[in-house]
Amino acid sequence: MADVNRGNRPLSPHLQVYRPQLTSISSIMVRITGIAILALSVIVVFWLLFAASSEQSFTAFDGLVRSFLGDLVLFGGMWALFYHMFGRLRHLIWDLGYCVDVEISSKMAIFMFVASTVLALFFAIIL
Amino acid sequence: MVQFTLPKNSTITTGKTWPAPQGATNVRKFQIYRWNPDDGKNPRVDTYFLDMDKCGPMVLDALIKIKNEIDPTLTFRRSCREGICGSCAMNIDGINTLACIYGLDEIKDDVKIYPLPHMPVVKDLIPDLTHFYAQHASIMPWLETKTNRPAKEWKQSIEDRKKLDGLYECVMCASCSTSCPSYWWNGDRYLGPAALLHAYRWIIDSRDEATGERLDELEDPFKLYRCHTIMNCSKTCPKGLNPAKAIASIKQMMVERAL
Repeated sequence: MADVNRGNRPLSPHLQVYRPQLTSISSIMVRITGIAILALSVIVVFWLLFAASSEQSFTAFDGLVRSFLGDLVLFGGMWALFYHMFGRLRHLIWDLGYCVDVEISSKMAIFMFVASTVLALFFAIIL
Repeated sequence: MVQFTLPKNSTITTGKTWPAPQGATNVRKFQIYRWNPDDGKNPRVDTYFLDMDKCGPMVLDALIKIKNEIDPTLTFRRSCREGICGSCAMNIDGINTLACIYGLDEIKDDVKIYPLPHMPVVKDLIPDLTHFYAQHASIMPWLETKTNRPAKEWKQSIEDRKKLDGLYECVMCASCSTSCPSYWWNGDRYLGPAALLHAYRWIIDSRDEATGERLDELEDPFKLYRCHTIMNCSKTCPKGLNPAKAIASIKQMMVERAL
């Protein structure tokens, strides 16, 4: 055992080989949507900032936000907001000690995705 | 620390493809992670072909067949072959499980076998579990008592004994901890699902008299609270246990005792 190689041991593959699970994907999505709505809030703040500075600058920025691309970003943001809200709700349920179970949590993961999509589409159509 | 890619010495190369058995009709392809500490090369994935008509039903049967008949250098841990020793835990078909109780019929397509994820590799499918065991030892996995020793044994009611069901069955195979992304990124300080499940097993043991000290020890942003309920642990546990629930229960006890 004198010259066993202990220093240069490789790290076994992780993300590269681990199959994505419903629960793990929905978990990382909550984090990603959280970051996304933070970025979205910056857009909203700029919107208000331009509205407070001058009519000209507001018109320019408002045009950008209301363009097709802007619509797409805002729709994505709205979806992210709903998804994140449901994700946090799920955490609340877990923290109260309920539903910490793979089967129910997977069902909640599907519900989060469907419900936020339905809500986002609903508001996109009526607004 | 979060690092999505593998370090330079760990990136995987294509290895040797061993010849397929002659005259066999029911052939299956196996892709297995290899790393030899003595040749100074990067890990590789070797490809083997087995005649399934002459192979046992479990993944471990296939590994043993490869070692016996094709490549004796293939290295892996195994012992009981019935899911009680926890030695043959590895990443099979993208999830962590015990090779001895995972059926080859549960896998579609080729069989891909890697060591437990995000661990230092000793050789081939053998990860270095030193740190994992040290974390288990750190939660004091034994009965702590302060009162005088009873004349016979420490007694427990049937109801109190029932609280240990779903916890005592853990065989410390490390499948759960090494399936946990939080453990991947913060395994140096986060105890991981296995050690926390064991911690809870002693916390709720009615005979144990160190509950407060045990909770104090876990009251830490990393040791306990790196669990974000990702649930890979409960999903992958080859014994069907629910470490996520045990961790959630510890978190609840933390809140309850603070109120």
